[in-house]
Amino acid sequence: MLKINDLHASVEDKEILKGINLEVNAGEVHAIMGPNGSGKSTLASVIAGKEEFEVTKGNVVLDGEDLEDDAPEDRAHKGVFLSFQYPVEIPGVSVTNFMKTAINESRKAKGLEDMPANQMLKLIREKAEMLEIDRKFLSRSLNEGFSGGEKKRNEIFQMAMLEPKLAILDETDSGLDIDALRIVANGVNKLKSKDNAVIVITHYQRLLEYIVPDFVHVLHNGKIVKSGGKELALELEAKGYDWIKQEATV
Amino acid sequence: MDLKDKLVSSFMAFENNVDVEHPVHDVRTEAMKNFETKGFPSKKEEAWKYTSLKGLQKIDFSIFPKQDNALAYKDVKKYFIHDIDTYKIVFIDGIYSSNLSETTHDGVDICLMSSALTKPMYKQIIDVYFNKVASKDESLTTLNTAFSREGAYIYIPKNKMPKKPVEIVHFATGNEAALMLQPRNLIIVEENAELQVIERHQSLTSNEVLTNAVTEIFAAKSAIVDYYKVQNDASTASLIDNTYINQKDKSFVNVHTFSFGGKLTRNNLNFYQNGEYMDSTMKGVTILGDKQHVDHHTLVHHIEPNCESHQDYKGIYGENSTGVFNGKIIVDKIAQKTNAFQQNNNILISDKATINTKPQLEIFADDVKCSHGCTIGQLDEDAMFYLQSRGIPEKEARALLMYAFANNILESVRIPELKMRINKLIANKLGVNLGFDL
Ligand SMILES: Nc1ncnc2c1ncn2[C@@H]1O[C@H](COP(=O)(O)OP(=O)(O)OP(=O)(O)O)[C@@H](O)[C@H]1O
Ligand SMILES: [Mg+2]
Repeated sequence: MLKINDLHASVEDKEILKGINLEVNAGEVHAIMGPNGSGKSTLASVIAGKEEFEVTKGNVVLDGEDLEDDAPEDRAHKGVFLSFQYPVEIPGVSVTNFMKTAINESRKAKGLEDMPANQMLKLIREKAEMLEIDRKFLSRSLNEGFSGGEKKRNEIFQMAMLEPKLAILDETDSGLDIDALRIVANGVNKLKSKDNAVIVITHYQRLLEYIVPDFVHVLHNGKIVKSGGKELALELEAKGYDWIKQEATV
Repeated sequence: MDLKDKLVSSFMAFENNVDVEHPVHDVRTEAMKNFETKGFPSKKEEAWKYTSLKGLQKIDFSIFPKQDNALAYKDVKKYFIHDIDTYKIVFIDGIYSSNLSETTHDGVDICLMSSALTKPMYKQIIDVYFNKVASKDESLTTLNTAFSREGAYIYIPKNKMPKKPVEIVHFATGNEAALMLQPRNLIIVEENAELQVIERHQSLTSNEVLTNAVTEIFAAKSAIVDYYKVQNDASTASLIDNTYINQKDKSFVNVHTFSFGGKLTRNNLNFYQNGEYMDSTMKGVTILGDKQHVDHHTLVHHIEPNCESHQDYKGIYGENSTGVFNGKIIVDKIAQKTNAFQQNNNILISDKATINTKPQLEIFADDVKCSHGCTIGQLDEDAMFYLQSRGIPEKEARALLMYAFANNILESVRIPELKMRINKLIANKLGVNLGFDL
């Protein structure tokens, strides 16, 4: 489904991604771990099409199509979803109105009519319930004054609404309390199918106990320096990153 | 002949049509003298540095409309808040339209300045209030005073509140190639009384219009006044709005100014706080494109202790538009415990658009809280990416962010239908369908 080939990306002439190769197939869960500043969020942003980052070499291919010329919204319409490490506050736009706009714009791009209002409401209610989000929350301004955990839960609510083909969850677990983590992880698991894929970026093994990865990759200094099965995450939890950094420099 | 000369020489003709024996005429004559000496302000004056009236003075404006013109309600309905019932004081080319208006004397007076200035029953009130807060010195205000004859007159007695909001609407029909209008409004809200006003100037053709308006508002003890100015005029219509507000103890006066169009708009909004424990609020949303120009000059004079003022103006400037915000706050020496807030935030969405923003604080008391801030920026790129990554195209994302930027100003609009209308005007102005009901 997703194929990343020798991807290099820079910001302001500083190279951050230095040759990433990654293949994600439908039905798979991949975890990306790695020290702070290693380029995980950058990779997620580049896949989602953030223009601030310049791809200097290599490419990102989704279902055989190079995404190079696609704006972020085009990628979203093709099924890419990024749950932000730091969701942005948008005062003045309610969660509900935001979701309506997002859903209907995606439908428009596919040549579909707007979703009828009652159907939209029903969908919003259903997904909010699944993530145990209070109805009052939905009329609040998007992310404005939300607690860290509320923001993350809201990201997964949006994911549930948009039903992406490829979901990238950037540290969705950070800021969630233990119960919220379970609720959010269950939500993600419910959305999983043989036709979609998830990339989970995390620092902690705990999330991976709920969302069990098929592959774990370690990003260090802009490169994937190690890949393995889910046991690699356990090993990292026990040993930290030093041994990998050393291996990588050898 | 330039405009000043024309105005000065027209004054005699004007005198043939008003009662020169009435004491108000002494006020007019005095005002005319001031204008004759001062003339139109030029860019050399600090307060007019960024707004030039030169071009307007070259236009051969008619000072008095030749004939009256009728309009059918259905043709101008959209300029009213027609989804609710309102009192209406409507003028067509400066002449009162009884057809389009709905005035009242039922417990409150919502009627015409021309009556108030001529009928004996209003004389006492005119003596006490007319031209008492308006400047006797500022040239454009005195120009209006000299020609003051028609406009809206509203008197709300103690403890009263009209059943519905009042709309003051001025239409220009293009009957004249170029028309100058000088409406004069007097609004008195007595103790513990309440009033909501929506004011609009609307030119219906592409003929030039220049409006030089003066509104005096007196809010007595514990009065509440909400005043909304909707400025979305044609690209050949200019407006100089001079509003003077005198407030007494515990009163609340809120003025919202929505500036979405017109050729040149100058808002001189002046608050005088003559009492304690009151609140003056000024809010504005300005969204401009093309070559439009809007200049907001606000003044709050804190004369006594324990009062608040709040100013919050937001501007979005596109294409070749230009904006000015100049917010002056004076806190007198005895006005301790004053809280004065001022905020002016702007977004420039074109390289060619400009904004000049300047706070002007003159604080003579020591125990005051004063804060002011102004920002000029572009749209937040991270927010843009966030919205786009959810499938919202760039253009709509931009609109949504601009809408969100301006939106908090609307929270304090207390007429829901007006709020909805302004929301739609904003969406229109930004040129997008936001995909949900505003
Ligand atoms: N816009 C930018 N301008 C300059 N440097 C940037 C920018 N964005 C990211 N970087 C730098 O790129 C590097 C990688 O950042 P990135 O956010 O991708 O790290 P990360 O792996 O997600 O870290 P964390 O685990 O802390 O979230 C960091 O050194 C960061 O400072
Ligand atoms: Mg990160």
